[in-house]
Amino acid sequence: MADAGGAGLALRISQGTPIPLDASLSCAPGELVALVGPSGSGKTTLLRAIAGLYRPAEGWVSCAGSVWFDAAARIWRTPQQRSIGLVFQNYALFPHLSALDNVAAALGHRPWQERASRARELLGLVHLSGLEDRLPGALSGGQQQRVAVARALARDPQALLLDEPFSAVDRVTRQKLYRELAELRRALKMPLLLVTHDLDEAAALADRMCILYRGHTLQDGPPYQVMARPRDALVARLVDVKNVFEGRVVAHEPEHKRTLLAWHKHTFELSHSPRFAVGSAVCWAIPAANVILHRRDRPSRGEHENPVDGIAADCVALGETTSLSMQVEGVPDALLYLSVPTHVARRNGLATGERIRVSLLAEAIHLMAWQDLREPAAP
Amino acid sequence: MDWSALRLSLELAVLTAAILLPLSVLIARQLAWRSFGGRSLIEAALALPLVLPPTVLGYYLLVAFGAASPLGRGYEALFGGPLVFSFTGLLLASLVFNLPFSIQPMQRAFEAIPRDVRDAAACCGMSPWRIFLRIELPLAWPGVLSAGVLTFAHTLGEFGVVLMVGGNIPGETQTIAIAIYDRVQALDSHGARVMAAVLLMLSLIAITVAYTTTRTPGRPRG
Repeated sequence: MADAGGAGLALRISQGTPIPLDASLSCAPGELVALVGPSGSGKTTLLRAIAGLYRPAEGWVSCAGSVWFDAAARIWRTPQQRSIGLVFQNYALFPHLSALDNVAAALGHRPWQERASRARELLGLVHLSGLEDRLPGALSGGQQQRVAVARALARDPQALLLDEPFSAVDRVTRQKLYRELAELRRALKMPLLLVTHDLDEAAALADRMCILYRGHTLQDGPPYQVMARPRDALVARLVDVKNVFEGRVVAHEPEHKRTLLAWHKHTFELSHSPRFAVGSAVCWAIPAANVILHRRDRPSRGEHENPVDGIAADCVALGETTSLSMQVEGVPDALLYLSVPTHVARRNGLATGERIRVSLLAEAIHLMAWQDLREPAAP
Repeated sequence: MDWSALRLSLELAVLTAAILLPLSVLIARQLAWRSFGGRSLIEAALALPLVLPPTVLGYYLLVAFGAASPLGRGYEALFGGPLVFSFTGLLLASLVFNLPFSIQPMQRAFEAIPRDVRDAAACCGMSPWRIFLRIELPLAWPGVLSAGVLTFAHTLGEFGVVLMVGGNIPGETQTIAIAIYDRVQALDSHGARVMAAVLLMLSLIAITVAYTTTRTPGRPRG
């Protein structure tokens, strides 16, 4: 049953066909939740269900204390009755109407004398003053996105939904729009739901992120937490944690607040994790940023923390960080990924074939229930 | 020059377009956006007048309008005259043989409107009627206009179906196309020449208008 008590946006939706869905989600006023998943995971369908453009078989959607959809109670509100702001992926501006008229089109709930001035005000809010009379075709991608945001806000919506709003613009514009959204957020006291497949975007903008896969919401929490502590190997893959391996719990040492993990010939220390029994097979993961490269010329601090030797396999400099994979000694076919600042990689003369030593930060090693990694359910 | 035949042709063309266009907008929108069983069959049936010989179409319409059919009998009972060889019958036939000319350009035009744009209009709180007037119709306008012009021009020029269903009654069913044929039969080549030139000019102007308007830049095209 729908719970209409909450001030924010909440939903619970499920169905078997035609698009399998089993999702629950909540978003408090002023909160920005990122809905993250690979293409085809049902992100847009979920958004459409919230907006009233798609009617799922089961479940409910409520927002700001009113029930928008409740399958059990046969409640269904049309998009017109929902007061929602939706920014479409390709903005879906009305191509025959000027920027001003696009925004004014969503102001039908206000007296007509106010509409033009309110539309101007909203275009000013998204830094588009002076471009009111342009047709969408005469605006850049970033400007079109701003018109779409202004139009979505024009309804004075009770929730703002953004469907991959940054995917159609270039990188520089995107960075600018990120800042504008962050700025805009402060003025908005409504739940904000951002659909994206870009993890960095989610991490940079969202208070919480929710992982969606094949229509199922798998895990939600603060982005850093979801990425550092994925629920299972599947979520780890979905949040692009490359270092996921199988291992075995060797011992718990509560007196030292640690657990010992065996991985082939290596034994690692990690934070005490009594949830997994001694002897049990587990999957473990470590974010690439928590694999520390040691300098060759002199031993660095933490040299003895879970040391691993190996050979640099691949070295890709992506701007300020260099992404590095290493073949681990004594572990056939295992590639350990780490990322180091590019200047560090350069100073150490990192190149394919070099011997390197790394440390796995004990507190960053994360244990998960065992599952066969050779049969990935990932996309 | 047979002015009454020209006037009758223009009347027929204007009435056909006036009745058919709103009807076609409804049908074209459904065909463009809805998926339903038998859709292909319906589309094929609507396109039939394009490929059928006018005599075949005319024959079936003649049968359908005749005193032996329920439609023909019903009309006769109501209005006291036969449907065949009347202006009303001609108009009905004209509505049928113009279906593809009217529906197809509109269907293409409505198909070219992205679904997101219609959804965005709903999310803006616009009522379905308002969405139709403010968003759909302006965006599909080139298609609607081109449908209107094609219907108009095609009605002016149709010969076979008109002859089959309407016959050749001056002032009632004799259109300009039939009148030209009549003049040629009567060896009045001057009359035929003038009327043929008038018809040619009208058709050329109409089609040019259709082509020009559908090429207006800034409109999304399918």
